[in-house]
Amino acid sequence: MHRNIDRLGIALACCGGLFLVLPGCAQKAEVTGNRPTPAAAASPADPVGAGAIRGSVRIDGPVPKPRALKMTTDPACTAAHPEGFASQEVVADASGNLANVIVYVKEGLGNRTFDAPKTALELDQQGCVYVPHVVALMTGQPLRVKNSDRTLHNVHSASKNNREWNRSQTPGAPIIEEVFSHEELAIAMKCNVHPWMKSYVAVFQHPYFAVSGANGSFEIKNLPPGTYTIEAWHEKYGTLRQTVTLGAKEAKSLSFAFRPATGGN
Amino acid sequence: MSPRYHAGLHRYAIFVAVCTFLLLIAGALVTSNDAALSVPDWPLSYGTLTPPMVGGIVYEHSHRVIAATVGLFTIILAVWTWTAEERRWLRWLSLAALGAVIAQGILGGLTVMLNLHYGMPVAHACLAQIFFGTVVGIALFTSRWWITTQPQLTDIGSPSVHRLALFNAGVIFVQVIFGAGFRHRDIPIWPHVVGAFAVTATVTWTAIVLRRRFSASRQISRVRLLLHSIFGVQFVLGLAAWWSRLTTADAPQPMLRMIVLTVTHTVAGALTFACAVAVVLLCYRLVPRGGEAVEARRAEAALS
Repeated sequence: MHRNIDRLGIALACCGGLFLVLPGCAQKAEVTGNRPTPAAAASPADPVGAGAIRGSVRIDGPVPKPRALKMTTDPACTAAHPEGFASQEVVADASGNLANVIVYVKEGLGNRTFDAPKTALELDQQGCVYVPHVVALMTGQPLRVKNSDRTLHNVHSASKNNREWNRSQTPGAPIIEEVFSHEELAIAMKCNVHPWMKSYVAVFQHPYFAVSGANGSFEIKNLPPGTYTIEAWHEKYGTLRQTVTLGAKEAKSLSFAFRPATGGN
Repeated sequence: MSPRYHAGLHRYAIFVAVCTFLLLIAGALVTSNDAALSVPDWPLSYGTLTPPMVGGIVYEHSHRVIAATVGLFTIILAVWTWTAEERRWLRWLSLAALGAVIAQGILGGLTVMLNLHYGMPVAHACLAQIFFGTVVGIALFTSRWWITTQPQLTDIGSPSVHRLALFNAGVIFVQVIFGAGFRHRDIPIWPHVVGAFAVTATVTWTAIVLRRRFSASRQISRVRLLLHSIFGVQFVLGLAAWWSRLTTADAPQPMLRMIVLTVTHTVAGALTFACAVAVVLLCYRLVPRGGEAVEARRAEAALS
């Protein structure tokens, strides 16, 4: 009988060994690394004939009630919001005007390349909430993440197309500066210390994008004449698309309406 | 000659098994609270042994501390077994348990350092179950019951009860892998659902065979009933956990009912697997395999 137990032990050990080897094959790497984008000659759009697309985004249907976040796991977070704080997932006014929607040129720019602005965009952690909730920037443009709170955070860039990173940021710790090399819509920025903390960072290879404001309005400026596919992206409601043809120095108006029950239209 | 019984060692092995079960609960809480990456560094937490215990750090750091403690307990278990036990295979098994807990610690570190990629969380979750099963096995092997002479049973059916019990434990372990894969978002739900029906079939089959062939054995009847009961509860918990996930999928943060039900389902899965391991071991202990049965009959005949 003990010989059988011996054999059983050996078999279990072999299974264990195999088991330790297998995970390496289990999942392909999602990490692509922040390699610099290959240099290409920039061909900036002609500012003389450039136009603009303005418009608004709204919810087509009843506006969902804001949902309160439970921050009780960290007294510093509770103290920052004595009257409570609502989730930023859907931010809309009474008329249904929807904020935090990224509106951008999806198609129509051809092979043009664009230089990234040197100015950094800032993502702050205030009261255990990322501010702003949605950030859009260009590849190569710096993103500066800071912690204005009296508690610590981990800043986790859950990227799929860029290098994923996760860093701690204690109160008063230096600003984390990162650059994204690849287009991505949209990178979820999370804090796992406070699991309600989430923001989105959209990265584009061109400058033709905007994030809708509190009244749902947006403006994409300096767009050269042409026919474009314009997409609106919302973290909960998904995407909507429209095609627009823009003449020289022309300003066109677009309106996007998300239907909560069905996602986009 | 029977090996000597070491009451202290046996009680200590049970203690380590209980601590390991608590560790499984702590680990499941980390996942359900989405707290695995709340501490970005490893092995220290925020560069210290005593980070601020707020938010997700409570779960992740507690898990690390309990894991380190269980690791320490396992070292003691291995040393104690190595020095007190005369059964060589059991001494090696205790070392294997030590190796598993060390590997498990490294996997936990890699899970954090690699941001939950490369299947690390699934490997970490599944090795936890193997380690738990091993410690439960050591507790059983060091018991007085195991080393005293037991009436041997005869298995005349096909497949043999040993093969069936091993198959049953194997199917449950595959289901554990599917569950971990789904829980860590590496695979969809359907393999786990299919697995649930496969486990239902194999557990039922195993129980029927054990009942038909060994209804007279009190030990086998007990472990059979235990396996069936735990699995029944686990099946219902699985449905409840799935319901909690569906109804809280839209929530901006992990909700209490989802945490409670998914954690309970996860640790009940570990109990189911450990129970299946116990069934395997009891079958090997009480039912001689084909060749051994013939040898035993010859020995009996020679004696008479």
